[in-house]
Amino acid sequence: MLEARDLTVSYDDRIAVSDVSLSLNTSEITAIIGPNGAGKSTLLRTLNGQLSRSAGTVLLDGEPIERFNRRSISRRIAVVAQEAELRFPVTVLEFVLGGRFAWATHSGWGWETERDLHVAESVLRETQLTDLSARLMNELSGGERQRALMARALATEAPILLLDEPTANLDLSHQATLLRLVRTRCDQHRAAALVVTHDINLAAEFADNILLMKHGRTVHSGRPEAVLRPEILQDVFEIRVLVDAHPVTGGPRVTPVHEKLI
Amino acid sequence: MIGTASEIVVSPAQHNRVTLRRTLISCAVLAAALLSAIVLMSLLGSEQLPARASLCALASFGTSTCGLTQDQFDILFQIRLPRIFLAAAVGGSLATAGAGYQALLRNPLAEPYLLGISNGAAVGTMIALVFFGAMEWTRPILAFTGALAATLAVYRLARGRAGATPERLILAGVIVTTFLSSVIVFVTVLMDATRIRSFTFWLLGDLSGTSKALLPVTITITIVGALALTLHARSLNLLMLGERDAFDLGVEVGRVRIVVFVVASLLVGSSVAASGSVGYVGLVVPHLARLSLGSDNRISIPAASLGGALFVIVADTVARTVIAPRELPVGAITALIGAPLFIYLLRRS
Repeated sequence: MLEARDLTVSYDDRIAVSDVSLSLNTSEITAIIGPNGAGKSTLLRTLNGQLSRSAGTVLLDGEPIERFNRRSISRRIAVVAQEAELRFPVTVLEFVLGGRFAWATHSGWGWETERDLHVAESVLRETQLTDLSARLMNELSGGERQRALMARALATEAPILLLDEPTANLDLSHQATLLRLVRTRCDQHRAAALVVTHDINLAAEFADNILLMKHGRTVHSGRPEAVLRPEILQDVFEIRVLVDAHPVTGGPRVTPVHEKLI
Repeated sequence: MIGTASEIVVSPAQHNRVTLRRTLISCAVLAAALLSAIVLMSLLGSEQLPARASLCALASFGTSTCGLTQDQFDILFQIRLPRIFLAAAVGGSLATAGAGYQALLRNPLAEPYLLGISNGAAVGTMIALVFFGAMEWTRPILAFTGALAATLAVYRLARGRAGATPERLILAGVIVTTFLSSVIVFVTVLMDATRIRSFTFWLLGDLSGTSKALLPVTITITIVGALALTLHARSLNLLMLGERDAFDLGVEVGRVRIVVFVVASLLVGSSVAASGSVGYVGLVVPHLARLSLGSDNRISIPAASLGGALFVIVADTVARTVIAPRELPVGAITALIGAPLFIYLLRRS
């Protein structure tokens, strides 16, 4: 669905992403993990066509992404990032309907169709925001706002979801709720998701594939069990880690071991 | 910014989604109010006109005097109506431009006068006055150029990673305003002493010097500009939430940005060339439009255009009648209303 080949991105003279290849497949969640400054968000922004690359190709449905115009990209790729501060009063419903922009027949003018409203209602239900749909965005709690952001991305009906640290600032239950929404999208709508995260255990639990990055390069990629191995993580994060099996899921569980504890 | 829901009282209008029907009804009501204001305000002034005969003459579109003397007829049709139409065009332009800048800079405090954009247009107009005095048509063109340059300067200075924060925006406005004010002083020195007084009035926003030749140009630019921004309202709705979000959702941010830059500068340029810097219209009117109709630009931009026209017509009637037969510059009246609102908005943000 979305594929990157030998991607290199540089800011002025600094190389942020170097020679990274990845491919997102239907019904799969891919997680990108790595230390701060590894180029994770830059990679995500390049896949969406926002940042220009200095080398490599991005293929969307098998075609170079340059062949698509902005709106047709937005019908295929939805992004969930940290929300920007809102300075105008906007209701949750209005906010979510923003996700229908790319489907409008005219780019600047026009009104939401019955179908737009139908989609908005169904994603509001999916994200459990129906009761809050008339509330203003800045009245919501952090978790609710993040869900509204997710609802807007789902409202685009894009089969590819790019999520940039969607669970930062969320408590444990909201983190799980959000990723479960992504999982459902992938399972039921054959969507593909890419999640940039700092939470390795969340990645282990939800991701089908993990891409481990450092200094703009892919260090390792593959199934969680293959990537989340102590010697690999120790090398990348420069901290001792303990990896054992999660008592419930059986998947890998990563625990940092701080020196003073030993 | 985050408050608990029970504390914040939200107008029911914000709960209702904006639809074509609601937009048309709101605009029709405002248009009717605007038309009534045009008629009523033309009856008010230092010279008393007989109401019934004046209404009759207005209803005939000036084809019949309906018993008005020639002097009265001329006051109505040659002095008051052109001035009222200019007030409408200036108000509509400034309010529309304000709404455009607010969406672009993601900040409800953005306003052409406070950002120094009116000053940019004023410098352009002055250069036209001093160097090409005989060629009236150079005024709106140079005013537009000045407004565009000031807009680009403010945008570059104000834009941070999170859009324009209030502090950054106001600082950018202060820098551009003070810089251009000193340019204005330099150009003023080149003028002869007799023109300086009328010039000071003009700088504060003054509709008394209505130019017959430029009036149709100003009106046309107002209508075209308001339509152009309204036709980008959906893109502006997303731009208002953040450039990155807008980009992700399919807005061609670069193109829309250029449209707002050019259209808003054109609106400010043409109104400043005609009437000087009338302040705060672009702040007060879009704010009231959003407060009563919600933040959706598909309704708030056309409402601000019509409301701005209404606002300046009323403000100018006050300006020319309150100490009649002498007159105040209309900018003094709009600032009197706008400055307290600005303080209120600043405290709230």
